[in-house]
Amino acid sequence: MINSVGIVKAKKFNCNEKLVLSCGDVLSSFTLIYETYGSLNAKKNNAILIPHALSGNHHVAGKYKKEDKHSGWWDNMVGPNKPIDTNKFYVIGVNNLGGNDGSTSSKSINPKTKKVWGSSFPIVTVKDWVASQKKLTEHLGIDKLFAIVGGSLGGMQAIQWSLDFPDYVNKVICIASAPNLTAQNIAFNEVARQAILKDENFSKGNFYNHNKKPKNGLRLARMLGHITYLSNDTMDKKFGRKLVNNKFNYDFSTNYEIESYLNYQGDKFAESFDANTYLRMTKALDYFDLEKNYKKKLSSLFKKIKADYLVVSFSSDWRFPPSRSKEIVKALLDNNINVSYAEIEAETGHDAFLLASNHYHNLISNYLNQKI
Amino acid sequence: MNRLDFIKISEWIKPESKILDLGCADGALIKFLKENKKTNGYGVEIDSRNIEHGMKNKINILQMNLEDGLSVFDDQFFDTVILSQTLQAMVNIEKIMDEMKRVGKNIIVSFPNFGYWRNRVQVLGGKMPKSRELPHEWYNTPNIHLCTIDDFEDLCHKKNVKIIDQLFLTNNKPIKFFTNFRSSIAIFRLTK
Repeated sequence: MINSVGIVKAKKFNCNEKLVLSCGDVLSSFTLIYETYGSLNAKKNNAILIPHALSGNHHVAGKYKKEDKHSGWWDNMVGPNKPIDTNKFYVIGVNNLGGNDGSTSSKSINPKTKKVWGSSFPIVTVKDWVASQKKLTEHLGIDKLFAIVGGSLGGMQAIQWSLDFPDYVNKVICIASAPNLTAQNIAFNEVARQAILKDENFSKGNFYNHNKKPKNGLRLARMLGHITYLSNDTMDKKFGRKLVNNKFNYDFSTNYEIESYLNYQGDKFAESFDANTYLRMTKALDYFDLEKNYKKKLSSLFKKIKADYLVVSFSSDWRFPPSRSKEIVKALLDNNINVSYAEIEAETGHDAFLLASNHYHNLISNYLNQKI
Repeated sequence: MNRLDFIKISEWIKPESKILDLGCADGALIKFLKENKKTNGYGVEIDSRNIEHGMKNKINILQMNLEDGLSVFDDQFFDTVILSQTLQAMVNIEKIMDEMKRVGKNIIVSFPNFGYWRNRVQVLGGKMPKSRELPHEWYNTPNIHLCTIDDFEDLCHKKNVKIIDQLFLTNNKPIKFFTNFRSSIAIFRLTK
């Protein structure tokens, strides 16, 4: 495993301080699952936090066992001598509240009722996540984050960090993100949610005691998501009109390769992902609306920001297009904040933020390694 | 680095002022001004390799197409807007002149002087000129709007901008007389 952080282990942070959520509910305590790579230096100023996007988690890089088929979700970006270089930086991945992979969520026990939260687990927001992540970084002894690097929903968390804790963040790298979702984006999220909510096995979110999970709904939600993460060009190139067995079946079995791909992705996801988490992640996206939450225009809100920014977008990303990134850039410029902006030519749509390309990786690496 | 155009441009820049460098390449001028004049500035550049390289410097570079205008910047946002060796590659020159007037209080424009005698000799010889400033072949050059010093002065007049200062160079040396004939690079300092 050259250039890999190697074998890693997830860790657990139990926070016994209460957390007041945006919706008004209070978590009396909570748990975050996280991973770290590299080591914190003596000055404690080399930490980089990587918040995850919709279906991500704390497992950013490396493998749990040598035999694992897959590495962490951003293994091409994080590791020794990679753009986010673990020889130099102390990198933190964290599973968000309400998340799928062990942090306090619908699957956890509600300490008050001693029962599984299920559908009663509150809707958490980007702001809530950031507040909980701050508890973790303090617990890890970090005085100031060197950087926060986030793509998509992760980019929203990065922006929120720089607003809520302006003195705690040096640099923000905000990739393929937006200051809020468009109506079209909310529409996609709503179709995904309806697919889950209307699944007969959803049982109003309290399906953990049943043998059946709302897999059909999740499957559909994921299939829809996948369509929107790719560009038309990529789909054409990758699948085109290719048939799985070179002939029309004249029935409703999987006939085209794109169908086979979506079905596979849907099945895989439905096996491993929690429906309540999916619902809540999409809500966090929808409710990320800084102008509404703070009752201020973005450019007057951004006055508070002290971090330097690198904003990155991808030309074929139609879910978080370059124009949305430019709105972030504009609001930063209005406040004379140090900001650089790169619009990367890529044909792979929103997914491009997770894919390796030399130019993209060099940009991130050059930015993080600027002489101070 | 001892680029006379950089040194001269920096003489025209107030310390700690706000600057915008359009077509900034890898940001060498912004870096020079930041180090020498403590300016606070941004560069705009279209080429990915330049953006990637420029990211190594601790400067602000924005990847945007100047032809689309400067809508991310507010009116009169900058003390000085610089268009260095980029004018001749623009499609819509009047539009960028208007945009520079809108976002900047002062404007600095530099361009290769097509009236330079070596260019004239090559045209007289029946060939499109090639030189250090104009290194491309006619069929692959990005420089689609070449002009002479006199031509540019006419444009300034038409666009209602005042010329406050001028500098003419050949091989990094200042030229004082017969400038439209003898200089390969012209730098203009303009205001409204």
